[in-house]
Amino acid sequence: MTHPITNTLLQWLPADCRGNVARRGGIVWLVALVIAILQTLVSPVEHAFDKSLVYSYAISTCIWLLCDPVRIAISPGLNTQPPYYWNFTPRAVVYMFASIVMGYSLGSLLGDAYSGQSTWQLMTLSPQRFWSFWLTSLGISCGFLFYFYQREKGLELERQATEARLKLLESQLEPHMLFNTLANLRALIAIDPDRAIGMLDRLNGYLRATLSASRATTHTLEQEFARLSDYLELMAIRMGPRLQYALDLPEDLRNQPMPALLLQPLVENAIAHGLEPKVEGGTITVQASHVGGSITLEVSDTGVGFDPAQANSTSSPDGGYGLSHIRQRLHTLYGDAGTIKFIADYASGTQASITFPSKK
Amino acid sequence: MTSTVRQPPVLSATALIAEDEPLLAQALQAELAKAWPTLQVLATVGDGASAVRTALALQPDVLWFDIRMPGMGGLDAAAELADLWPTGAGNKPFPALVFVTAYDQYAVQAFETQAIDYLLKPVQALRLVKTVSKVQLALASRAQEAINLEASIESALGQLRGLLVAQHGVPAAPAPRLSVIQASVGNAIRMVPIDEVLVFEASDKYVRVLTARHEYLIRTPLKELLPQLDSQVFWQIHRSTVVRASDIATVQRDEAGKTQLQLRSRAERWDVSRLYAPLFKAM
Repeated sequence: MTHPITNTLLQWLPADCRGNVARRGGIVWLVALVIAILQTLVSPVEHAFDKSLVYSYAISTCIWLLCDPVRIAISPGLNTQPPYYWNFTPRAVVYMFASIVMGYSLGSLLGDAYSGQSTWQLMTLSPQRFWSFWLTSLGISCGFLFYFYQREKGLELERQATEARLKLLESQLEPHMLFNTLANLRALIAIDPDRAIGMLDRLNGYLRATLSASRATTHTLEQEFARLSDYLELMAIRMGPRLQYALDLPEDLRNQPMPALLLQPLVENAIAHGLEPKVEGGTITVQASHVGGSITLEVSDTGVGFDPAQANSTSSPDGGYGLSHIRQRLHTLYGDAGTIKFIADYASGTQASITFPSKK
Repeated sequence: MTSTVRQPPVLSATALIAEDEPLLAQALQAELAKAWPTLQVLATVGDGASAVRTALALQPDVLWFDIRMPGMGGLDAAAELADLWPTGAGNKPFPALVFVTAYDQYAVQAFETQAIDYLLKPVQALRLVKTVSKVQLALASRAQEAINLEASIESALGQLRGLLVAQHGVPAAPAPRLSVIQASVGNAIRMVPIDEVLVFEASDKYVRVLTARHEYLIRTPLKELLPQLDSQVFWQIHRSTVVRASDIATVQRDEAGKTQLQLRSRAERWDVSRLYAPLFKAM
């Protein structure tokens, strides 16, 4: 049983982030207590414990309220999105700064009401003390924001990796792909046992590598290309002369880290939407290159091509999901430095090109 | 009770295999060689369009069609073949159909209800033997009763109708109805109210949208348009043609068994495929 006012307030907070908001509030209150104790310990004459406590709680609670629950409640106005609302749009940054100033002022007024002192007066009497309080508060607030931001970003990365892992498992265990591969394997055993063993090893390597690598969010370009090679080789045995492929990874990029399994959906799209519908088949090329401080990965096919509008729409489950998901992962990891471009043409197939900053 | 002595079924017959994965085609042929040694595989093709062409040219007794193939899939190829199968004297009855699929639970259910023979990949010897004996029985009874051409096509079409309905009839979510067709004309987008549209006709990479006076090209495939159209207002009359039912003026069948229709507002004649011909019956 909750109070009707609490209910009304809770309406503004999406259910899935209430727990996190409460948790952050708890941390803020804990730190407010520590600050009040420290203040009293450092200068017991100037800071009576009760007053320190009231100021500390009033200021930190006001700032927290404005920076956390209120920020989420007005997220449409700040252009921030679910699930965590922590993306720093220009409006959100301005709002955060303003809410620290406002929270500080409001909290100080509340503290003044309790202590009978005046923070305004303090500003004129002893500007040095006023500003040192104010800067301390600003510093602590920014510290909190940074800490919470990092935490949520970590959670977001984890969530995306989980999603990628699930999606990958789904595509691996996609019954049509699996049974067709097994049927091919069964056929090969009778005709060409050596090739059958090779195919089985590829399938084995592919499944094992994806299952183990899917636990890491990043791996090297070499690992990514090895995975693609297993997948493409399996598909090449199935599709015969209808699938040609080329993988081009320059020697010096082998150990370059990259988001795990980033290219897999692009290669799957190229086969499912580009080559499988095309009677004569075609070629898939995956290329890595290094220009200045950035890595470019390109997946291109000579398939039937498809409507770029469809490729970007979220309604198309295969093309749309893959692309928007990759875009999201790039953005979380690299911000504006990570981009994906998609070129589709009815005449010459499709080309997807991913760029992100190199690390060394 | 007298036990009916089953005649040894037709031993020699001809077949066509349509399967896009070469190893699987090879494996099916090898398994068939064991399960039905006298079956002569005339050709193996890798896509639906070639399957239709080759089947028309060679007129085999049995078709082994993969469901998923590049371009036209197995179901559509079979429907197209039934549409084009010649009914003149001296032609063979419509072949016995066996579909092959790796995994497709909807299709498998539909096969069961339509009593169509199917095989699951990987094809297993025991199951293949069963299927082979069913096909042999069907061919034998057909030979004894001397089923006429039209009837063989009609029975295949009946089964295919059921299958195609099952295939397209389970949309994940009901699509919203289209009210306007957005067609690009040069750099502009022309908004064409759906009420003005008389015909949608699929061509190679486009769909032609015809009104009484104009023609527009759009890139949305017919398969994606269909669920967004009111099936009471627009009737599919051919694999590649959908027309406004209220604008149909006459439907005529010629001696060769070909059906064509004409609209009130346009001069062209449109082919009605055998698959959809039952739409038009005198009341």
